[in-house]
Amino acid sequence: MEKRPRITLMLCGGTGCIAGGSLKVKEAFEKELAANRLSDEINIVLTGCNGFCAEGPIGIVYPDDIFYEKLTPDDAKLIVQEHFIKGRPVEKLMYKEPVKKHAIPVMKDIPFFKHQVLRALRNKGLIDPERIEDYIARDGYMAAAKALLEMTPEEIIKEVKISGLRGRGGAGFPTGLKWELCNKVKSDTKFILCNGDEGDPGAFMDRSIMEGDPHSVLEGMIIAGKAIGATKGYIYVRAEYPLAVKRLQIAIEQARERGLLGEDILGSGYSLDIEIYQGAGAFVCGEETALMRSIEGKRGMPRPRPPFPVYKGLWDKPSVLNNVETFANVPPIILHGGEWFKSLGTEKSTGTKVFALTGAINNVGLIEVPMGIPLRTIIYDIGGGIKRGRKFKAVQLGGPSGGCIPEHLLDTPVTYEDIVQTGAIVGSGGMVVMDDLNCMVSVAKFFLEFTTDESCGKCTPCRIGTKVMLDLLTDITEGRGKEGDIETLEDLAKDIIAASLCGLGQTAPNPVLTTIKYFREEYESHIKEKWCKAGVCRSLVTFYIDPNTCTGCGACARVCPQKAISGERKKPHSIDQSLCIRCRQCYETCRFNSVKTGPRDMFKKEEPAELLEEVKK
Amino acid sequence: MPKLTVEDLKRIKAQERAAFSLREGKFRAKVTVHMGTCGLAAGARDVMDALLEEINNANVTDVMVTSSGCAGLCAKEPMATVEVAGQPPVKYVFLNKDKIKRIFKEHIQGGNPVEEYALVVGSETAY
Repeated sequence: MEKRPRITLMLCGGTGCIAGGSLKVKEAFEKELAANRLSDEINIVLTGCNGFCAEGPIGIVYPDDIFYEKLTPDDAKLIVQEHFIKGRPVEKLMYKEPVKKHAIPVMKDIPFFKHQVLRALRNKGLIDPERIEDYIARDGYMAAAKALLEMTPEEIIKEVKISGLRGRGGAGFPTGLKWELCNKVKSDTKFILCNGDEGDPGAFMDRSIMEGDPHSVLEGMIIAGKAIGATKGYIYVRAEYPLAVKRLQIAIEQARERGLLGEDILGSGYSLDIEIYQGAGAFVCGEETALMRSIEGKRGMPRPRPPFPVYKGLWDKPSVLNNVETFANVPPIILHGGEWFKSLGTEKSTGTKVFALTGAINNVGLIEVPMGIPLRTIIYDIGGGIKRGRKFKAVQLGGPSGGCIPEHLLDTPVTYEDIVQTGAIVGSGGMVVMDDLNCMVSVAKFFLEFTTDESCGKCTPCRIGTKVMLDLLTDITEGRGKEGDIETLEDLAKDIIAASLCGLGQTAPNPVLTTIKYFREEYESHIKEKWCKAGVCRSLVTFYIDPNTCTGCGACARVCPQKAISGERKKPHSIDQSLCIRCRQCYETCRFNSVKTGPRDMFKKEEPAELLEEVKK
Repeated sequence: MPKLTVEDLKRIKAQERAAFSLREGKFRAKVTVHMGTCGLAAGARDVMDALLEEINNANVTDVMVTSSGCAGLCAKEPMATVEVAGQPPVKYVFLNKDKIKRIFKEHIQGGNPVEEYALVVGSETAY
């Protein structure tokens, strides 16, 4: 009999940690364990994404539940010698509480993890995604067995309807209703499709699920397939997610070998096979009708609805398309019931939602929280607040289709309905936090650049309209903005929303509209005062040092690539405007808030010669 | 590979549970073998091996085995601390393979501390 390990080290094998070197760390541990003849006593498992990506590569030691962060191959020896052999957890490799810097050894005590509720990510960091047995040990495929052997399609649909589960891809359409509509259509061929075409900048929810728990997606699809009567399934993943493709492929092969996919699954009489279709990474292919065209081998462009895909979808056959996270939520609903699922969340937004937390926040990573949690809790308790103690400015939700939510709305509960009220959307779960160093006009411009690029070109308002809006924003950020530009932007936005066929065009102006709504004065100062107060737009800013608060620490002078800053130690410094290239490194570096921004022309009113004299003095 | 049935799923799940109880933190008992330099020199490694073997043979999945450093009583090594849920921890001294096997049977499995090997009731805390 194989010896049972005494300790298991769960090493994160998500894309982030692998990039951080977790495979080399694994090798080092294996070598060190072998050298100490502990290989059969201590087990190393490469898991999917742990979620706390900012601290990666991450390793968790069970049974003690000790959380190690930022591991390097050199740390393997120390952990093996101290922790595994002598039983002394290594404090210097533990997570440090950000304020007092004391170590928090146990994973569940770390605030980042404490407020989370894991459902879609229930196997996060607990299983080896490439071993089907690990998934089965955590109740894997038991829900499929129940659905296939004990439930009728109507009973499955009823349970999902009770749960209140809504599409996690962004639109929030009730999942049970979608299945019911398709179930009622009579057809000899139907398709169950999974949307893994995650394309929002900064979003990696679906990626982590596909990489970390691929069988949960397959199981959800089998259950949904039975509910609608599907004969074939496709998972649409973009080719730029190679690890997700690889692990899904392994999972599909394992399930096929064991008869969990294919003919007569578990002896139930129901047959379904699933294939992966790799997309080329066009944003518009996340839209359902465009995605279906892409699988058909055509150019990915949306078509008008109705007919809705539940009636005429892939190859004009009835089809249901759900998002990766939606499918991952299905097995627990079947096992524990719809009532269990809606015990969390609000009346209309039930359950939990996965978010990719990123930007100017301390704890960058992947989180799952109950619906209805205030944004403030996510940003300050889980996210650990803003980096370097800076001031919160806005949080961007929903990617290029979403919007920016300002500080005074931070108590908004995260539900589909409440977030829409702010002008943003919950979306697929990208959450980009911005601090006071961000210029909101530039942020809007960034997202519009993205949608202008990604517009498929079918509808003129989206193809041309976003370009005209982008030109206007470019003018504003480069100092050519004029009176009336804001109104023109708003007007164009309304037309694009009204006249575009698909979600891409209908939502593309949202980042512009929400920034105008909440940060109008920034647009105005760009246009009227020629002043980008955050110092981002280079042609609209002058940096100067406030002599009253400058401590003369010299930090700004050291980072200045132009050597434009001079001054005696412990005396106020000054910037030579003729040398300054407005790279704003001094502005970001100053810890006393003494580097200030002023309008573009703040010194030009005076005679340049006089100014130069003044600087010399 | 033959097709799986629901019974197969349940069987695989039961087989894999052992590894998972470690990760999910469900334990009935915890044994700490003191493995400082003194303990190792006195034969703590053999004690640990014997204990792991017993746990394996008995097919027990809810006992956690961990190691710690010197307990401060180097003269009485090898030592181990046994904590059964709901009972105070017991420290054992002068252990060897046979003694730890008996402790496993009587104390960990049976719930009755082996008094003749015990030093004291109580334990230091880790971290």
